[in-house]
Amino acid sequence: MVTLTRTTVAGRAKSRGRRHRGETLTKVLFVLPAAVAMVALFGYPVVKNLLMSLQDYGLKTFFTGVAPWVGLQNYSTVVTDKLFSDAMVNTALFTIGSISFQFAIGLGLALFFHKKFPLSGLLRSLLLLPWLLPLIVSSATWRSILEQDSGILNRSLMGLHLINDPVPWLNSPSVALIAVIGVNIWIGIPFNVTLLYSGLAEIPDELYEAGQLDGATGWRAFFYITWPNLRSVASVVLMLGVVYTIKVLDIILGLTGGGPANATQTLATQSYEKSFIDFKFGQGAALSNILIALSFLFAIFYLRGTRRAVDE
Amino acid sequence: MISKRIAAALAGATTVSLLLVACGDNGGGQSSTSGDSVKSLTILDYYNNDPDKSLVQKGLDSCASKLGITIQRETVPGDTLIQKVLQQASSKTLPDVLMLDNPDVQQIAATGALAPLNDMGLNSDGVIQGMVDATSYEGKLYGLAPVTNTIALFYNKDMLAEAGVQPPKTWDELKAAAKKLTKPGRYGIAFNANATYEGSWQFLPAMWTNGGDETDLTSPQVAEALQLWVDLVKSGSASKSVINWTQGDAKDQFAAGKAAMMVNGPWQIPALEKTPNVKWDVVTFPLNKPDQTPVAPLGGEAWTVPLNKDQAKQQKAADFVKCLNSDENELAWAKARFTLPTKTALLDQYAKEVPSMKAFAEQVKTARARTGKLGDKWPDAAKVIYQAIQLALTGKASPQDAFKQASGG
Repeated sequence: MVTLTRTTVAGRAKSRGRRHRGETLTKVLFVLPAAVAMVALFGYPVVKNLLMSLQDYGLKTFFTGVAPWVGLQNYSTVVTDKLFSDAMVNTALFTIGSISFQFAIGLGLALFFHKKFPLSGLLRSLLLLPWLLPLIVSSATWRSILEQDSGILNRSLMGLHLINDPVPWLNSPSVALIAVIGVNIWIGIPFNVTLLYSGLAEIPDELYEAGQLDGATGWRAFFYITWPNLRSVASVVLMLGVVYTIKVLDIILGLTGGGPANATQTLATQSYEKSFIDFKFGQGAALSNILIALSFLFAIFYLRGTRRAVDE
Repeated sequence: MISKRIAAALAGATTVSLLLVACGDNGGGQSSTSGDSVKSLTILDYYNNDPDKSLVQKGLDSCASKLGITIQRETVPGDTLIQKVLQQASSKTLPDVLMLDNPDVQQIAATGALAPLNDMGLNSDGVIQGMVDATSYEGKLYGLAPVTNTIALFYNKDMLAEAGVQPPKTWDELKAAAKKLTKPGRYGIAFNANATYEGSWQFLPAMWTNGGDETDLTSPQVAEALQLWVDLVKSGSASKSVINWTQGDAKDQFAAGKAAMMVNGPWQIPALEKTPNVKWDVVTFPLNKPDQTPVAPLGGEAWTVPLNKDQAKQQKAADFVKCLNSDENELAWAKARFTLPTKTALLDQYAKEVPSMKAFAEQVKTARARTGKLGDKWPDAAKVIYQAIQLALTGKASPQDAFKQASGG
């Protein structure tokens, strides 16, 4: 009798151990597909790109498989390139210009749509249209809108007698970057409106009612109630915006191809050009790694920001 | 239960792989004994739009039936061809016959991917020198182009007659004519000066005709040629948008009656025929000084044979390229596709039969290949050229300084 009990207890413990091990195995199996996908789709390209940037990876490499190790030479070549500083400045202007206007206009529109009025839902969904268009289509359309002689924008401005001479939107090195930023703002507004609008919807109405009793209306309500409650959403929008904008390629390629006279070259277009026009894949990889490092910097800010928000 | 399933799967896989091995053995075994066992060839080219796509197909089909083989053809858009070739090269799946734009032949040949055609019974006898230069690398022939093209000056007959202007023969006449033909809503001339290799290509007739050379881009002759472009834009005879226009855009402007002349190639003729109210003709590119001869760049695609472990297949592919370059096919493609045969002996006969191509036929005889002098270093020079054009046309540098600045000086 006693022995029997003992064996069952031992057996139960054993089976529990086995079940425990099975559970761990199941957990690992559940994680495995995601891990494999991460390594294959994220890890491999990043590592490969890092290696490539340290090699003389050119046309020949594709045929012979030989890519001599050159250390940091690709980095020094691209950094000392006469276009590098221009590209850095343009990237900064493009990112800051796009983000600040996208955010400001986006916030304005989100506040506007937060006040319920007839057809506001319909209008808000129409606002998403720029986001739904393929970027190549948007840039081709804008290219014809901004055409100097027969583009509809110059034609309308001339017809309204707002300008006397057609503005060389995409033809002048001093205007082209502004035009490209303008188009990118147009594309980015829906993203900002959507996220900020949902952030506004989260703010409980009671806060405003209580605020009203204390005399916080209009601008004061915005500064003391809306903005503090919207801050975490706003920081997400801004950080994601920076990471999206800093690497924009298709819009610039479609509008100006980096021209005129390299006036709209950014790190992204330079990296593309090095890789796919000059076939200097090593240098292209070096540039894109610099770009990734910059994005990473902002990603760290973002992660720290959100962690603090959670802690609060 | 599970092990049974695995066993079944394994058995299935083994059968499939055995079959594959059997097939592979079969093909390999036969081809090593006789060349006639090659039953099919794979082909890659960038004629992906009609009418070119089907017109090229006709030529390919007739050669295939002559050689008694079938072909599997793949077409990709022009700007993705090289990327496709690189992918295929790294996965060792290059086609048996590969079409390349002629300035790319030397670059690809330099990587060691192509088979020299001389060793397989092909030669470039009778082919215009410019094309031989373009398709040879280190003394060996790597490709043959059945047809070629170049660029010249198109003009709108009605507009010139209305303005009382003769087709320009010199740069001074060109500038005067362009100015006279310009009126509200219309420019005298359209060309492409964008920041791509196409922009450099359009600049070459002016640069080469004036004695400029890509081996010394800081020479006064090259600066003079750039001055012509600058004068045309500054005087308002050409749109400021030329720095963003492609050759297709220039054609659209011309076809819409928004430009009275344009620098362009014969491949635009089918599109121009769709607007029959625009009556046009073509003259060779004007000269700076009367004693010069017009020198234009050679366009057109060469057919090459990538190296193949299967010798018989490689030989068959070479035979196929030879057939594509027969007199008969050269003339057929030239006539159907508004291009020019590459053999000197065929050019005169061709110009008589197709009068609209007369100016181009003349221009081709003296035309040069872009890679003729610099070989696989041409892309670097081409980049300096288009960047210098951009600097000069946007007023960021004078034509004299533009090339120095663009080459990093």
